[in-house]
Amino acid sequence: MGILDKAFLKSLWVFHLATGSCNNCDIEILDCLTPRHDIERFGMLLAGSIKHADVLLVTGAVNRQCIPRIKRLYEQMPKPRLVVAIGECALSRGVFMHSYNCPLPLDHVIPVDVYIPGCPPRPEAIMSGLMQLIEKRKAEAGSTKD
Amino acid sequence: MISLLYFLVLGFLVTAVIGLWASWFDRKLTARLQYRVGPPLLQPLYDILKLLKKETLIPFGASKITFLAAPMIGLVSVMIVSTILWANNMDPQQTFMGDLIVVVYLLLVPSIAIIMGGFASGNPLASLGASREIKLILSYELPFILAILVAVIHADFSIRLGDILAAQARNGIIAVSWSGGLALLVAVVCTQGKLALVPFDTPEAETEIAHGVLIEYSGTLLAVYRLMKNMMLFALPFFIIIVYLGGVRIQGLHLLYGTLEYVGIVAVITVIRNTNPRLRIDQVLKFFWGPITLLSIVAVLLALGDY
Repeated sequence: MGILDKAFLKSLWVFHLATGSCNNCDIEILDCLTPRHDIERFGMLLAGSIKHADVLLVTGAVNRQCIPRIKRLYEQMPKPRLVVAIGECALSRGVFMHSYNCPLPLDHVIPVDVYIPGCPPRPEAIMSGLMQLIEKRKAEAGSTKD
Repeated sequence: MISLLYFLVLGFLVTAVIGLWASWFDRKLTARLQYRVGPPLLQPLYDILKLLKKETLIPFGASKITFLAAPMIGLVSVMIVSTILWANNMDPQQTFMGDLIVVVYLLLVPSIAIIMGGFASGNPLASLGASREIKLILSYELPFILAILVAVIHADFSIRLGDILAAQARNGIIAVSWSGGLALLVAVVCTQGKLALVPFDTPEAETEIAHGVLIEYSGTLLAVYRLMKNMMLFALPFFIIIVYLGGVRIQGLHLLYGTLEYVGIVAVITVIRNTNPRLRIDQVLKFFWGPITLLSIVAVLLALGDY
């Protein structure tokens, strides 16, 4: 694992995308930035522009209006890039499962690296999910080297 | 040969290391002020290394050459300016006449580079940010130059940094006189504007125009911009120390004083950044052309009257 890969995992900048969520997951994401949880100690920052971001945090059920926009945002992210689905709606569409407006779950639209379930997930769960993502990437980098 | 060594070792390496450290100090102090833990010591370095690994995207419709050249111009100008400052600090007699003007000029170039990059990227939000940056430059440059004029008057109207340092070695530092104190205050406020930090971060307002001027930059180019900003966080306070506080002498206890002065200035900048809300661009203009310019004119008059 090179030093650049290590640096990548130590400074993940997240971009927060709400695809029509009820705002609960978004509030829990913002909770991660507050003094109690403070994800900046892991080097994570909230990026204002998608071109600065390493991780795309998606909340909410993916609806028809949002699908082309999610794809465009994903394509605009510079590689290497990671996607995290947060909350029941982003994972499986939740209560919108049978809605005419939500044809696909998120992982049928773009590849997802980590799923964080919950309605909404607690900030601890979000942080634990991100840590597992980092561990997973480390393990992958270790296995390809051998 | 010697000047090349100055350029690469002091102008780039030492400046970048201190700048990265200052950026960490700024973030850590911010975190402590907000009762958080804050990032680890090497975090600014990790950020830069990570950005070097990322893909560099050039937006469709951007002016390619300007878009690629702008960050390099900014970085090189900071390197030159810190080389001149270090050379002066090491030996005040070895520089040329009028280097103060060159330094003031080159300290402006990073902002110009940001404007060029913003306009070249062809993004409407970046253009908006760039036009705000132009107005910001227009606001802070007048009081900044008036504040430097105070130091020039104290050094018997010499526009050489070496003479300003020599005058301070003879008569004591400028900042302890009435005019020098006022000028130091004005210069610190203008530094806040030059670094585009809160309350004067209108060109980069994250919540309104999503990083404004830098919105389209990614990968290596963004890394160069970040390195440039971190190095400015060293160059500007160092310039203030040389002009008003008599420079940093690299020997024994003086080195400790110099370090404390530098850390103190960065801490003041950080505390200002954390205790103020962002101003609108017209409020910035009113603030700099109103009270701050008035203060700097008073400082110039006091300096002319030998106070």
